[in-house]
Formats: sequence, structure tokens, C-alpha cells
Amino acid sequence: MAGKDLFQELKFRDPVRARALAEAIAREVDAIGRTVPVMHVCGSHEQAIARFGLRAVLPPGLELIMGPGCPVCVTDGPEVDEAVALALQGARVCTYGDMLRLPGTARSLADAQADGAKVEVVYSVSQAVELAQKHPEDEVVFLGSGFETTAVATAAVALASPPKNFSILSVHKYVPAAMNVVAESPQTNIEGYIAAGHAAIITGWGIFEPFAARTGKPVVVAGFEPLDILAAILQLVELMRQGKAEVANVYPRCVTKEGNLPAQRSLWKVFRPVTGTWRGIAEVRDGNLDLRPEYAHLDARKRFRIDTAPVRDEDAEEAAKGCICGSIMLGLANPGDCALFGKTCVPESPVGACMVSSEGQCRIWHTYGGVPDLRKVGT
Amino acid sequence: MDKPVAKIGLKHGSGGRAMRQLIEDVFLTLASPVDGIGLSALDDGAAIRVGDRWLVVTTDSHVVHPIFFPGGDIGRLSVSGTVNDLAMMGATEPLGLTCAVVLEDGFPRADLERVVASMRETAREANAPIVTGDTKVMGKDEVDGIVLNTTGVALAERVVSDAGLRAGDLLIVTGTIGDHGMAIMSRRHDLRLEGDLRSDVAPLNGLVREALRAGGEDVVAMKDPTRGGVAGVLHEMAAKGKVGIVIDETALPVRDEVRAAGEMIGIDPLLVANEGKAVIAVRARAADKVLAALRAHPLGASATVIATAIAERPGAVILDTGFGKRMLAEPEGELLPRIC
Ligand code: SF4
Ligand code: SF4
Repeated sequence: MAGKDLFQELKFRDPVRARALAEAIAREVDAIGRTVPVMHVCGSHEQAIARFGLRAVLPPGLELIMGPGCPVCVTDGPEVDEAVALALQGARVCTYGDMLRLPGTARSLADAQADGAKVEVVYSVSQAVELAQKHPEDEVVFLGSGFETTAVATAAVALASPPKNFSILSVHKYVPAAMNVVAESPQTNIEGYIAAGHAAIITGWGIFEPFAARTGKPVVVAGFEPLDILAAILQLVELMRQGKAEVANVYPRCVTKEGNLPAQRSLWKVFRPVTGTWRGIAEVRDGNLDLRPEYAHLDARKRFRIDTAPVRDEDAEEAAKGCICGSIMLGLANPGDCALFGKTCVPESPVGACMVSSEGQCRIWHTYGGVPDLRKVGT
Repeated sequence: MDKPVAKIGLKHGSGGRAMRQLIEDVFLTLASPVDGIGLSALDDGAAIRVGDRWLVVTTDSHVVHPIFFPGGDIGRLSVSGTVNDLAMMGATEPLGLTCAVVLEDGFPRADLERVVASMRETAREANAPIVTGDTKVMGKDEVDGIVLNTTGVALAERVVSDAGLRAGDLLIVTGTIGDHGMAIMSRRHDLRLEGDLRSDVAPLNGLVREALRAGGEDVVAMKDPTRGGVAGVLHEMAAKGKVGIVIDETALPVRDEVRAAGEMIGIDPLLVANEGKAVIAVRARAADKVLAALRAHPLGASATVIATAIAERPGAVILDTGFGKRMLAEPEGELLPRIC
């Protein structure tokens, strides 16, 4: 394997190694002899790719596309409506930062907060538990968002007998489902996948084997340093050239085949995968993580009658405003294709979810100045 | 491109695109022709021809939270800011500074005295006499604590604008970047970061004098990277000089504490304010001489060449990260630290 030696002992921010990897990638893509579209499904990967300008060193024949990799972006409007309704019904709703400005069908939690509802940003689910202890008079609802990584933390809290006035509104999502969505989308032309290292720390890389076998596409698990990502791309194009639909792990310093078993046990003890709607994408089989019936007492949906009618506006669809987030998350378009990008849609006044979340592709591209072709500039 | 807004927001004061738009839309209507550099040039100050010399004038109002911060305070900031704006136009010998203060009802006298003492000390350091002033007190909540305005005048033989860049020129930053902004932000957001984050606020006229002495006519543009940071300055220089600029990210002098804080809160040191640094553009042939002169001065010890002007992509600022290249976005609006 040509690249093997290169990423044996990675120094993770070494530009010289990066160039060597980029050249090796170019040779592989050359050998394949046509444009190869590959997808990564992780906002943190996109952050690193854009931040370090990696697209400028990749060969033109390699198309590096971001998929539905941000749990905030794919949280659906009606899910946000539930949280907004709960807040307006008097609950103290706590959640991670980016969820605050994420629009529901009509309003966001930030809007509810401006109207006097108790909405609080927390950095961890345990902080929400602390709030519940501090405010026994309030019903504290934690709006749990994120993939496996954060769902595990939510599960741990659920298992630790939290206070009576604490409950969870789960909008947690499940990463492998995201890859299925793309692979099963009829328009997709993706030929290989880079899987999220953080999520794989929990689930293990073995979990992608059935996916690779079923779709006939290779999957490589990658970390988040620039060299991690380049090494993953090299491994991926090698597998593609050899026609192997295998799973490889270039993040062995963190990810094992079976993953973190105790974390998985608590995850599946508390949650079960259910079909849910992802924003801009449609129904996703096993895409959402719901609390199991045994945890109904912690499930805000079971504990409260959530009436979303007053905060709902079915007609206020993002697509109607010209937002193409859905196509972007499926890898069928990029932010540059959106007429609103950087004009009426900017981080301070986002039109769609992808500009709200710091892991959203529109927001990332905006932060890092878009991605024009810089391969030849100034060299 | 942007639709005009009906109300002014915080982003209109933050030194980025929104602010520039507002200035262009609203304040440029005030501009009238002058013999020299006037309002329409949107430089650090104005330069009016007086005989065979230039009268350089600049004014600035200062608001900062908190008013006392690690490494300085609003008093030192207000004197340094104006002295530096003069210096960036090549006027390194201030004739005099004015000082206007607006205070909020209830502002502690002890704080005021502390601020004034700091102004006095900084003015002495810069050799810039404070010659006149004005005081107003407004009602509670009508102004936030204290607003300090300083205006400065100086005479100069030659004016350095910020529009003089040509392809091939090199851009020097006179020291580590991001110190002031990161110190303020960590205080404001109570980040309790480890390490020693301190503002770099200082008057730069002495340092700039050395650069001009060494580089002469080959110093072609100068600007102090306050709001909007080094990124903002480079965007402005690229646009005005109609050149592209490529920054070598690996060369940027950034203190470890600042880098760590930046990674932690998700804010690039290139975007945050500096109050004791200058970006100096020189013809390539003069770079070594200017660098040596800067490094010989205590405020310029870590002066470094950070970027090159290129003919391609006029107006664009490109960051070479060492791994690849990307556009460096123009700062816009308030910097918001990452919350998750
Ligand atoms: S939660 Fe997982 S998939 Fe999402 S951005 Fe983080 S690492 Fe990537
Ligand atoms: S730029 Fe804004 S409107 Fe366009 S797709 Fe992205 S989030 Fe939606």
C-alpha cells in the first residue's frame, strides 16, 4: 500500500507530510482516470478541511463533498417547535448553543427567550441537571441534540437518576443513518465515504462493514487533524482504485473496531433508533434516537402535553425562501450554488439551518471565505 | 449587495464590512474635496497641505468593556489610539491631543482619576501633549460608563496612505497579533483562561519613526490593525491597492496563550483587535532594513514579514496555511465566541 508508510507515524500538522500525501492522492486519482466524488459526513471534518485550505491541494479530479454531517442542521423544524412550545408553556429549556437560533417552522428558542421564556444555553447535559437542582420550582427540560457522541452523555445522565423536575426532549441523531440516506438517494454519485472519527470512537469502525458491503463503497474512519484527513482520503482513493468496498480506520489512536462498549451499552439502554424526519432531507430510517419506554418518566414528550399548534407555521418552509440546505446536505449542491449565500444569508441573519450551526456547511464556508479554486494562486 | 438597514446595530461599529458599508452610504456624503487626503479616502486620518508640509488630523472615540483590563485601560487606549492613527499616516511627532469625556451619572471618581493618570503617563511616553478638552455628564443609562474621545494633530514631511501597495511588496507586522482582543474577550466572557493574556496597547510613533527612517520612500502603506484585526487591515490594503495578498500563516507571530484562547473560543487571532501593532507594507528591497530597524526597538522585537502582495485576484486576501490555501474572510460584525 503506497500510503501506508506515510501515515504510520503521523505528525499531525506537518506540511511536508501533507504535501507528500496530497501528491500520493493525486497519483491515485490519476490512476483511476476520472473524477471521483467522495463524501465526508461530519461538520468537524468540514471545519478542518476549510480551515486548512485542503481543497486547494487536492487534485481537481477529487471532489470532496460534505454530507449531512451536522446534527443541528438536520434537526427538523417541528422538533424545534416542541422545544419552543415547552418553553412558552413555562418549562426551563436548556440546550447547546447552536440550537438557540435554529428556526422551528416559524420561531426559534431565541425568539421564545426574547418573549420572556426561560431558555438557557448549557455546555453539557450535567449543567442542565445542576439547573434542575438549583430550580426545584421549575420543570427543567434538556433539549438533547447531537449524534452518538453527545447522546452518550445524555444517556449517562438518564442512568444516574436525575432530579424529579428534570426531563429530556431528545432530538439526538444517529450517524450511520446519515450515510444510508446519502447512499440510498437516487441522485447520489458518491463513490466513497469518510466517516466521523468522534462518532466512531463510540460505535467502533466495525459498524460500517455492513454498509460497505451493502453499497459496494469503501468507508474510511478519520480523525480531525489535516494529516488525518489527507491520510483518510489517500486510503479511500486507494481502495477505490482497487475496487475494494472495505472499511479502513486511519484514526487508530482513538477508534477501535468494536468501539467503546460501556458507552454503547448505556446508549442503547436509554435510547432506541426510530425513524424520524431530518430537515430538508425527508424521513430517515433509524435516524433519530428516542428514549426507550422504560425512561418515559424522563421523556419530555411523555411527561408533558406539548401543544405546538400556537408556534407552528407549516407554510414557512426554508425552501420557499430560496434556501437549498436540503440539496447541500445530500451533497447535491454546495453553498456557492445558493443565491442567498453571503448576501441575504449570513451568520448574523441566517436564512437556513446550514448557516446557523457552527458545524453547518454554509456557515463554515462563509467563515473561511468560500472555496474558490486556489490551486494555482501565488505559487 | 446588502439591503440598507433601518437601524444601526453593533456590527456597524465593529470595523468590518457592515461598518464600511455604513460609512460609505452615510458619512461619505459629508466629504468635500481637500488638498490632500480627506474623508473620502477613508484613511486613518486626514492630511491637509500646509505650505510644503502636511497637517495630519485624526479623531477617535473609545469605548471598551471592561475599562480596566490586563495590560492597560481606556485611558492608555485613547491616547495610544490617536497617536497611532497619526503615526500610520507618517506623522510621528504629535503637536497636541485633545480629550473629550462623556461620563455616566454615578461614575466613580476614583476610576476617572485612574484613567486620567494613565492618559497622562501614556501621553508622556508618546511625547504627545494633551492641550485641550471637554467634559459632559449624561444621565444614568444614557451612556455606558465612560466614552473618551481624543483628537490629534501633527505635521509631517511626507504622508503615507494605506493605498500604496503594488504586486511584489512585502507586509510586515511589528509584533505578535491578537493580544489586545483576546485579553478583552477572555475578560468579557469570563473565560478564565490559563496563562497570561495581556493587551499590547502602546503608542507606536517611536517605533514607526524608526521604520520610516530606515525605509524612507520604500515604506508604501501603514495601518494599525485595531478593530477587524490584521485581516481587516489586509482586506483594506488589498482593495485600495488593487492587489491580492497572500498571508503565510506559519510565519504569523502569535503568542501561545493567544493561540490557545483562539482555538478554544473559535476565533482567529487574525480577526481580533491589536492596540500596539502596525502593519507596514514595504517595497521588497527595503524589507531587511525596515525589519532590522523595527527589531532594534523594544516594541518591534518580534517584527516579521507575514504576507506578499500579488497581481492576481485584486482585492482578495488568501491564507496559505502551510497545508493548503483558503480565502481569509473579511471580518464582519461582532466576534462571537463559539458556544458549543
Ligand atoms: S458530532 Fe460527530 S459527526 Fe457531528 S461534527 Fe462532531 S464528530 Fe462530526
Ligand atoms: S446559504 Fe443560507 S439560504 Fe442558502 S442554503 Fe445555505 S443556509 Fe440555506
